[in-house]
Amino acid sequence: MLGRLDWSAIPLHEPLPLAAAGGVGLAVAASLFWITKRGHWGYLWREWITSVDHKRIGVLYCILALLMLIRGLVDAVMMRTHQAVAVGDAQGYLPPDHYDQIFSAHGTIMIFFGAMPFIVGLMNFAVPLQIGARDVAFPTLNAASFWLTASGALLVNVSLVIGEFARTGWLPYAPLSETSYSPGVGVDYYLWAIQIAGVGTLLSGVNLVTTIVKLRAPGMTMLRLPMFCWTSLGANLLIVAAFPILTATVTMLTFDRYLGFHFFTNEAGGNPMMFVNMIWAWGHPEVYILILPAFGIFSEIFSTFSGKPLFGYRSMVAATMFIVVVSFTVWLHHFFTMGAGADVNAAFGIATSIIAVGTGVKIFNWIFTMYGGSVRFETPMLWSMAFLITFVVGGMTGVLLAVPPADFVLHNSMFLVAHFHNVIVGGVVFGVIAGYTYWFPKAFGFRLDERWGKIAFWFHMIGFTAVFVPMYWLGLEGMTRRLQHVYDAGWTPFLYVMAAGVLASVAGTAALIMQLAVSIRDRRDERLRDDLGDPWDGRTLEWGLPSPPPFFNFAQLPDVSGEEAYWSIKRKAIEQGELPEEPDYDMIEMPRPTPTGIFVAFFSTLIGFACIWHIWWLVMVSGAGVYLAFVGYAWRDVHERDVSVDEVRRADQAARAPRAAALARLVKEGRT
Amino acid sequence: MSAVPTPRRSEWAGPPAKDIVTAYGFWMFLIGDVIMFASFFAGYAVLAGGRAGGPGPADIIELPNVAVQTLCLLTSTLTCALAGVMAERRRMAWTQLWLLATGLLGVIFLALEIREFSHLIERGATPQRSAFLSGFFMLVGCHGVHVVAGILWLGTMMAQVAVRGPKAYVQRRLSAFMLYWHALDIVWVGLFSIVYIWGSIT
Ligand code: HEM
Ligand SMILES: [Cu+2]
Repeated sequence: MLGRLDWSAIPLHEPLPLAAAGGVGLAVAASLFWITKRGHWGYLWREWITSVDHKRIGVLYCILALLMLIRGLVDAVMMRTHQAVAVGDAQGYLPPDHYDQIFSAHGTIMIFFGAMPFIVGLMNFAVPLQIGARDVAFPTLNAASFWLTASGALLVNVSLVIGEFARTGWLPYAPLSETSYSPGVGVDYYLWAIQIAGVGTLLSGVNLVTTIVKLRAPGMTMLRLPMFCWTSLGANLLIVAAFPILTATVTMLTFDRYLGFHFFTNEAGGNPMMFVNMIWAWGHPEVYILILPAFGIFSEIFSTFSGKPLFGYRSMVAATMFIVVVSFTVWLHHFFTMGAGADVNAAFGIATSIIAVGTGVKIFNWIFTMYGGSVRFETPMLWSMAFLITFVVGGMTGVLLAVPPADFVLHNSMFLVAHFHNVIVGGVVFGVIAGYTYWFPKAFGFRLDERWGKIAFWFHMIGFTAVFVPMYWLGLEGMTRRLQHVYDAGWTPFLYVMAAGVLASVAGTAALIMQLAVSIRDRRDERLRDDLGDPWDGRTLEWGLPSPPPFFNFAQLPDVSGEEAYWSIKRKAIEQGELPEEPDYDMIEMPRPTPTGIFVAFFSTLIGFACIWHIWWLVMVSGAGVYLAFVGYAWRDVHERDVSVDEVRRADQAARAPRAAALARLVKEGRT
Repeated sequence: MSAVPTPRRSEWAGPPAKDIVTAYGFWMFLIGDVIMFASFFAGYAVLAGGRAGGPGPADIIELPNVAVQTLCLLTSTLTCALAGVMAERRRMAWTQLWLLATGLLGVIFLALEIREFSHLIERGATPQRSAFLSGFFMLVGCHGVHVVAGILWLGTMMAQVAVRGPKAYVQRRLSAFMLYWHALDIVWVGLFSIVYIWGSIT
């Protein structure tokens, strides 16, 4: 009846996961209780769970990401503290079996369910606003993408209490991940979680490419797109081109494990190196999928907070597209040591170094954007300036690793670990936190508290430096990655510094949570409230909308007449001392909400879970459920709801009033 | 910032009609799907030599069977296109008829594929036998699964055409289905040439 699932799957002998799960369970139960007691279910269901509004979905993505980043941070704390007390004779507090699951879960969660959803969420939120669209091209598909991602995250977290997680690292290299060496359900959890979430990501890539290429407002030519939209386009093209490779690779490994196929096995002609090649043919583009949108966020922030247009816009576009193409030609640098031979290694080493040129162009452009500007040091800008430094260091160590002879020494050492955290934390994570702070007022109508933001920033800076600078050194000293036990007592001081560093990061994260809490408490305060919808003196279209924007975004689609679409509108209004005339409002058609997304994801989660535990009847039933959810959606006859002219006018007039008042104030002060 | 740029005539008139957006998005999806097939092709090519003393391509290919399969699928492309023409002219009875023909040809194709697979398995040429056979079954089977999904979609579509008639959204979905079906055909041409023709001559 329940396949292989029985009581032995619950790790009753391991107190740590059980306590963690108990805590999470309590928190979930408490929130459910609170929601029920306050009677919020109807609101949640109508406005969030079944919503197809890209802004809501974007926010959901970011919430998921924040939760998962915290989960991943807990893993990081365990690893750093464990290593610090597992030197020489000391054995630490995590048995090898458990430690291996932790580093695997950490990487998987951070990349797939922390960084990715955050990036996708910010793109979802901001791109349609910036291009002057009312939603993405396929709103229901968008909801399905989100819920599928959430479904993958759920599966990974379920593995904490039911069964186990993979011990194979965040990329389950074969043949270690084959049944002969990993007989448990750990790798299966990984495979199904990644497969389900991966399909969600692929679909959202299709969706956003179509949105950017086809749904731009009149006059928004490609070369007037804000930089964030360009980098998002690049990232989503990469998603469409790279994620199918992941799907295929994961499928092959799944068939090896479930049906005894021989893609990556040692026996019967299988080829483990094929796994390594295929996973990195996806994996290297993946790191650029993460970093490109972050580049876009930084571009927006540098230009906004320097009060200047982005320097070298066209060269930025060119560099972005260059990176998109070249990122497919470097994957072999992840396994120089695995026998490709000197010529092949040299070719890929050179290709890898060339990619850094595109990034270098961008760095100079950002610096020149600040040059001569009146720079404002608010938190988004702090994160961006820190990124400039960390990313240059991370990029340079990357180029170092791209030199095959050097890589033979440094591969799989702590130096490598320091490199990729340097670029992923110092690039992607700084980027999403900057973006979160930057767009938060647009989403909710009030700013995040600056003081707590700065506290969080400095704690994170200290933590980041203390963790990763010693790590480079340890790598050069010969310490390899993923050590459950450290043999060289001479490294102890470094390990202590790193453990202290991760605690500083925890403090930084706590400060971010405080920042959120304080800001919600003081949201009506003059200091945080965003009445105008333009808290940072922005330059792109989203800042021309009220905060939060109405669900249809634009009362009238903007007519764009140059780069920095909103900046010119704003300047004109200020020069003339009045707002553009009220347009003739039209009725608007908006997509209706639907539970299709969550239904599909619900059944997909069940399919994944049932496959992991070989509960075949449940697979069939849930498969039928997915089909029925599709049919239920397809059978709707009315897809849109009309927003009346009155409703549009009312919303727009409400948005214009504070702006008109602000303009009147400027006129009175003679500043127009 | 003194000079306000004067509006230039815009070269982009704004979003096109919905059917164009849908078609574009579906093309994007198909590109992704084709890349997935490309990965399975690559896997097949890499593993083609991994026979572990078992059968090779020439030993397992039954060309007559495959020839009939190919014929079915190519014809189904024609019937599918005819269904499209009829749908454009809003002659829904004809549309249904051609869709039905498409589906039936798909079913025959599948039946032949199942026959091929079961012959192989009877002879011990199972996907567990060697890496080459794993690659073969995966590549051909993945296409087969796509055909199954296509038939399921087609059946649902026919029901919808019957109930809803030629509404705009039904037409949009029909044209997406047609893109899908043609893409499967193109993938099959690749399969037929690389796996079957090339396999039987080497
Ligand atoms: C200047 C550009 C970059 C260069 C030249 C570069 C180079 C490299 C090289 C050669 C390796 C392989 C080292 C080894 O395994 O021995 C590597 C690993 C890695 N890099 Fe980079 N990199 C760059 C930027 C990035 C960026 C932007 C990211 C992410 C946002 C990133 C993420 C990673 C990851 C995740 C790994 C290895 C993961 C693992 O083995 O588990 N890199 N990089
Ligand atoms: Cu790489």
